[in-house]
Amino acid sequence: MNNTADIVMIFLVLTNLILLGSSRLIACIRTVAVQGIVLGLLPLLLNGWSLELHLVIFSAAIITLKGIVFPWMLTGTLRDLKTQREVEPFIGYGISIVLGTVILMICMWLGSRLPLSGPATSPLIVPVVFFTIMSGLFLIVSRKKALTQVLGYLVLENGIYAFGVALVDQQPMLVELGILLDVFVAVFVMGIAIFHINREFDHIDTDKLSGLRS
Amino acid sequence: MTIVLRLINPILGLIAAPLLLGIINKTKAGFAGRTGQPLLQSYYDIWKLFHKGAVYSRSTSWIFVAGPLIGLGATVAAATLIPFGALPALVAFNGDFLLLVYLFGLSRFFTVLCALDTGSSFEGMGASREVTFSALSEPALLIGLAAVARHTSSISLSQMFVSTTSDTWLEWGPVSVLVGLALLIVLLAENCRIPVDDPNTHLELTMIHEVMVLDHSGPDFGFILYAAALKMWLLGQILVGVAVPVHSGNPWIDTSASLICMGLLAILVGAIESSMARLKLLHVPQLLVGATTLSILALVLLPR
Amino acid sequence: MIRALLLIPAVAAVLSLVIRNALLRRIILVLTAIGHTAMTIAAWHTDPAPLLDGWLMLDKPGLLFLTITSILFLACSLYAFGYLAGEAGKRKQDFEEGVLFTNAPGAVFCACLELFLATMTLVTVSRHIGLLWVAMEATTLASAPLIYFHRHHRSLEATWKYLLICSVGIALALLGNFFMAIAASKPGSEGTAIVVDILIRKGQTLNIPWLKAAFLFFLVGYGTKMGLAPLHTWLPDAHSESPSVISALLSGALLNCAFLGILRSYQICAAAGQSEFCRDLLVLFGLMSIGWATVFILGQTDYKRMLAYSSVEHVGILALGVGIGAGATFGAMLHAVNHSLTKAMLFMAAGNILAVYKTKTTTEVRGVLRVLPVTGVLWIAGFIAITGMPPFGMFVSEFTLLRAMIEQGRIGIAVAFLAMLALIFVGMSVAFLNMAQGKGEKELHLNGKSDSSDKSESVFAVFPPMLLGALTLMLGLYIPTAVNELLHGVASAIGGY
Repeated sequence: MNNTADIVMIFLVLTNLILLGSSRLIACIRTVAVQGIVLGLLPLLLNGWSLELHLVIFSAAIITLKGIVFPWMLTGTLRDLKTQREVEPFIGYGISIVLGTVILMICMWLGSRLPLSGPATSPLIVPVVFFTIMSGLFLIVSRKKALTQVLGYLVLENGIYAFGVALVDQQPMLVELGILLDVFVAVFVMGIAIFHINREFDHIDTDKLSGLRS
Repeated sequence: MTIVLRLINPILGLIAAPLLLGIINKTKAGFAGRTGQPLLQSYYDIWKLFHKGAVYSRSTSWIFVAGPLIGLGATVAAATLIPFGALPALVAFNGDFLLLVYLFGLSRFFTVLCALDTGSSFEGMGASREVTFSALSEPALLIGLAAVARHTSSISLSQMFVSTTSDTWLEWGPVSVLVGLALLIVLLAENCRIPVDDPNTHLELTMIHEVMVLDHSGPDFGFILYAAALKMWLLGQILVGVAVPVHSGNPWIDTSASLICMGLLAILVGAIESSMARLKLLHVPQLLVGATTLSILALVLLPR
Repeated sequence: MIRALLLIPAVAAVLSLVIRNALLRRIILVLTAIGHTAMTIAAWHTDPAPLLDGWLMLDKPGLLFLTITSILFLACSLYAFGYLAGEAGKRKQDFEEGVLFTNAPGAVFCACLELFLATMTLVTVSRHIGLLWVAMEATTLASAPLIYFHRHHRSLEATWKYLLICSVGIALALLGNFFMAIAASKPGSEGTAIVVDILIRKGQTLNIPWLKAAFLFFLVGYGTKMGLAPLHTWLPDAHSESPSVISALLSGALLNCAFLGILRSYQICAAAGQSEFCRDLLVLFGLMSIGWATVFILGQTDYKRMLAYSSVEHVGILALGVGIGAGATFGAMLHAVNHSLTKAMLFMAAGNILAVYKTKTTTEVRGVLRVLPVTGVLWIAGFIAITGMPPFGMFVSEFTLLRAMIEQGRIGIAVAFLAMLALIFVGMSVAFLNMAQGKGEKELHLNGKSDSSDKSESVFAVFPPMLLGALTLMLGLYIPTAVNELLHGVASAIGGY
């Protein structure tokens, strides 16, 4: 049992569950930031802290992006919005956590269907990645505020990034570029979109964005 | 010889349990900058109560008299089940942790019955809250113990704790942390500590456990106080057994190590009580569901 | 040549951002389109050389979708030449709610359009799955400002949905990329580049569970961009709120490019012997899309949304065609061509109608044949084409599909297919025919606008759709040999004939 990978995976699961049960937007943003920082350290952790240059640069870039830039941007948007600081879900927090646990068990089953071979892998990686992706999707679907939808998307990205870093060791460039491009551009564009939404609608409640129907 | 060794566990528990309360109160006083009650205050309280006379309401029945006795009896019986240090328990058989949980449930049941027996609305309110929160904390306790049982592939408490060594920490480290956290939350919930319940509150509307025993007096109240302290000791023993497995082979060293850890646990509880406010009543179920989720995680994330 | 195909639009995009003169910008737009089409026609004659170690190569499927994109872009740029003159940067009043809003500046529009073309070209020429993914991501980002051209809250809502849903889809496709990389690699050995040719060659050695998972994620991820139900929810909003020329490009070109992504992974799965699994999934999604579209077309009162749901339907037919396999693959490829041409024509005609009648509701538009004669004829012709009636090309493609279904004995699917097509015909005919006929004066006055000005039937607004209509009519009557060969080549590359 590769201890480091497992500890990181369990930490990932815990942060996802915290996100599912959090009611304050600031807490959600901070949790996603912490998740991002730990995952940013993942490439270094998995290679036994070997300080190859491109790994260090990549880790530093990810940690800066996910741990500093995005939370700063999102908190800034939150401050400008003057909205309520609560998350406002469709599905209550307690039920979200219970559903999250059920989803985790389903993902563990799914993970057992996709066997991985190789030295530095642990059996937890595939299930936890699926679980992170599903929590991200769950957050997007079950929360009303556009900001939480962006957070859900970030969690989705975190899951995919964790998978890429942990498993696709033969093509690091693909993983790195893919992830950086995806997160960087999408979140900036979404950040701009949220700003426009707030200007137009005076709120970021996507539940009320229902002018276009059927 | 082994019988004597095995008797150490329950006797130690019976003697030292109220000391835990003293340590917690001293810690809280320390945090608040006061000198606080003496360490042995709980002993003095119980002694005082035994020398008082009891007052029974005319509207209560035999349950009111029997309740504290049965509660104490159940808790003492539970004390014989739990191993301490590396020593096995006095009574050990397969599946004894289920009996443990049920003994706790028995004592709770009778406390609740006594509360309802008085016919007072305050006590009824406390009873309903207590029962709800226990219903949520029992799964956390059971599933946490199930996770430990899975580690050690045995279903007797003595076996479980004997097999948990320091290697376990190295191998299943994160899982032990998860189980430890879940058990800590259960400890706080079952023993009416902050953040679930404030033991020092004097407002009946905010009490959970205190209000159920409001009408008891004299020796009965002494029994209840003593049983509560013993329950905290027992749950603390389980937590320490999971979290700090010290097995050096020498029973004296193991026992003293465990005693020191119990003291540290008491200080930890005191620290938690001093640094947190009590949770809104609506958020307590979320906390307990969170504890259950931690236990489930520990169970599910064990590699096959 | 591939370099030219990519650089022409990219350079034009940069120029559009820099140049101040609006007329010059529009001329550059049209010139870019002409240049791009010229290069594409050159690529028909001579096979362009591969670039970057085979990462960028134009094979038959790529050439087919590139041609469709190029022709469509040419038509749309001509249309946009006239459209931008009256719309870019202007303040307007919203038809439905009367709020004032501005349009985006012309520079943004032109630059994003050209960038859109460049990224779509990149999708068609990439043979590296990762690069294809990057290009698809780029198309999402390039097209988002285009949807948000009319800057009011409804289009903002549409853009938000588009961004969020497509980004989630693209993220899932990235996971599919990773799965594919794992399927292709053996632990401990040198990794395989996920280039389609290499993967097809190594077909038998790919790890099957991971390959299946990869295909599933590609199908869901790129299917979101393609508009397969139930992932299509961004489509109706984006198409109804964006300018018609953008809707034409989105429906006609972007959906095809997303389909190309799915086709690439299907090719790889077929090489590994998993085509059964993939085809079943494609049939499932195809039928679901057609069914979903049918439900929402019946009783639809917004004609642009109706066209959007029709896109969902036809994308479902594409997936169904490839899913049936054998002769239906050829039918699906032919259908891709026909659908792009017809849908673009219809959207441009809809744009003309919207400009004059200033309403998107079908019940408030009457007498198009009288008020806008050429557009009216195009509207009726488009209706006949899109519902699959002869002599237009869609009839041939849908018939080919049907024939393959019956040959394979899948009668149930054939019956369901026909039933849904019939229902769609009914739903659309009510709207289209009612809109075209009648006098139309009352409706024009109802919306308080003057009689039709000549501008709405200007050459630029009418010639492009006429050109596209003529092309699809020709494909219905006679398919040129070169085109036929290409289509058959594509079909066999995907495992049909």
